[in-house]
Amino acid sequence: MRPFKYSNASETAAAINAVVVNPTARFLGGGTNLVDLMKEDVMRPSELVNVTRLKFSAVEKKENGLSIGGTATNAVTANHELVRENYPLLSMAILAGASAQIRNMATNAGNLNQRTRCTYFYDVNMPCNKREPGSGCGALHGVNKNHAILGWSEKCVATYPSDMAVALAALNAVVHVEGSDSTKRSIPFSDFHRLPGDHPEIDNTLKHGEFITSIDLPANRLAEKSYYLKIRERSSYAFALVSVAAALETSGNRIKDVRIALGGVAHKPWRARIAEQWLTGKEATEANFKAAALAELKNAKPLEQNKYKVGMAAKAIVRALEGAMQGGNYGAMEADLTTTN
Amino acid sequence: MEEQPLFSDLSEAERKALEELMPDEMGEIMSSGIKRRHFLKLFAVTGTSLLAANLLGIEQLMARSIPIEEQPPVLIENGINVSFQVNGSTQKLMVDSRMTLLDTLRERLGLTGSKKGCDHGQCGACTVIVDDKRVLSCLTLAATCEDKKVTTIEGLATGNELHPMQTSFIKHDGFQCGYCTPGQICSAVALMGEAKNGDASYVTANVREKKKAVELSNEEIRERMSGNICRCGAYPNIVSAIREVHGDKAVAQVWQFAEGTI
Ligand SMILES: Cc1cc2nc3c(=O)[nH]c(=O)nc-3n(C[C@H](O)[C@H](O)[C@H](O)COP(=O)(O)OP(=O)(O)OC[C@H]3O[C@@H](n4cnc5c(N)ncnc54)[C@H](O)[C@@H]3O)c2cc1C
Ligand code: SF4
Ligand code: FES
Ligand code: FES
Repeated sequence: MRPFKYSNASETAAAINAVVVNPTARFLGGGTNLVDLMKEDVMRPSELVNVTRLKFSAVEKKENGLSIGGTATNAVTANHELVRENYPLLSMAILAGASAQIRNMATNAGNLNQRTRCTYFYDVNMPCNKREPGSGCGALHGVNKNHAILGWSEKCVATYPSDMAVALAALNAVVHVEGSDSTKRSIPFSDFHRLPGDHPEIDNTLKHGEFITSIDLPANRLAEKSYYLKIRERSSYAFALVSVAAALETSGNRIKDVRIALGGVAHKPWRARIAEQWLTGKEATEANFKAAALAELKNAKPLEQNKYKVGMAAKAIVRALEGAMQGGNYGAMEADLTTTN
Repeated sequence: MEEQPLFSDLSEAERKALEELMPDEMGEIMSSGIKRRHFLKLFAVTGTSLLAANLLGIEQLMARSIPIEEQPPVLIENGINVSFQVNGSTQKLMVDSRMTLLDTLRERLGLTGSKKGCDHGQCGACTVIVDDKRVLSCLTLAATCEDKKVTTIEGLATGNELHPMQTSFIKHDGFQCGYCTPGQICSAVALMGEAKNGDASYVTANVREKKKAVELSNEEIRERMSGNICRCGAYPNIVSAIREVHGDKAVAQVWQFAEGTI
């Protein structure tokens, strides 16, 4: 690992300023992604500012929803009573990710800023436009079975790995950030992460030195019917091949509001707006779920090795919606799967 | 290689206890080294498991700190002064900002119980407990530990009394090579607290249900321990060991020794 300056921040403005004035400085959250990438020499900050002692770890009620702190850990967030009760989708998604140890370390802000797990990105001997703009994309015609099927560009076909973010996309979360001179702004979640386009080196719309203070979750009526489904190569402690955050509000069997977001398929959490529109106002039936899923995935452009993801994503959408209809009850969902499959 | 005196890390009292226990086999032990059956015999006879474990050299299981002379690193760049508690005693040292908690424990403090499996957060061998939470010491920078309370495998036993989780891992043979074991045990100890706290997991039937202490099924234990990989595949025995401590009632030991081996 390359040498770097280190400080424990005790004051927000000073922490932000320290990063703002040094283009190669970074905030340090739990370090579960940044320290790993520094060991791999993929990220080479000259300075780290540890922000985990700043007072942004609260989870609290707001007028119209809930606010979760940027430096609160994933574990505390997932297990907070208000999150479990009102946003079970978020709890489930966080708990589907990583391991108990990592969730105890990982902060919410760090989670949103984690980088892709594309193996070419991790290997400094390989070409990768995200790591080294202009060097080419090793995955485009290489080993790309874990890569994107939607929204990719010739410059980068990576997927975004966070589970938590997939739930936040479905929940219409809003990210609050603070920059230099205490300038604050709010970023709707769908504008937070971006598609690669010509600049895959930029993961999201956060500016250098902008600090995530909190994430707002607007109130909704989706808590009773929400489900996070994650498909992976082993049943735990693995990144998603495909994941789906699904939530519904129904009146009788008619769908009033539906949210579907996909993980593991694109450079950002993929909000399935086509499927959502298709379903709104219709009956919550398996046939409708299938039709909506197919409508969404009609636009998929799989790569050489990941054609499987198209069918997998379609089925996962149907399954996740069914799971949500059953009350997001993992036990019932699993029992159902074992009896019907 | 230089000859090491046998059992150099045993105290006088422990050496004596050993001789009293197995006078007839002492010579054999001296010439052929410690074998598993000696270990087991000691176990059977004494219950002084800490002594037994030392003898076998499966120090992984209940690793004790070995006195080492601290070797100050040749060159510290960006030195940070940190002061934190490790297994109840305050440690003050200057570390390179790049130094992980794992390397600090192993190379500066002589606590080699915590293991480096992957060094990238992927195996759990380095799991320690920081302020009552299990974390990965390989991805924790030592500089972030100011004022924190760190517990490692070496800090779980009370004197010669093993932690119940250590005892249970022995009873259920929750290991083969033992490399993952300190991490498994630290992880499992913290898991007991999480269960008491009513924490949910991905396989929890309904996360919306009010939090109360949860009783862990085997499936729950497997999911919640998934951050600790065991290359030897001792998983079923690890689950039994944890279930015994968690359930507060004996779980049947599923193995026994072939006749005549002890
Ligand atoms: C083995 C392994 C398996 C994993 N599996 C999964 C999985 O299945 N699903 C999943 O979703 N995740 C998984 N993860 C990733 C994990 O969730 C992330 O590493 C973690 O959430 C990052 O949070 P952190 O606080 O540790 O971030 P750090 O590593 O500290 O920081 C990450 C980035 O965020 C920036 N940052 C930190 N705090 C702030 C802030 N307040 N404002 C602005 N920027 C900030 C940092 O500068 C850095 O660029 C896994 C990780 C590992 C190591
Ligand atoms: S997919 Fe993106 S991250 Fe992976 S090699 Fe190509 S440019 Fe790099
Ligand atoms: S050594 Fe830390 S997780 Fe493998
Ligand atoms: S006992 Fe060998 S790795 Fe677990």
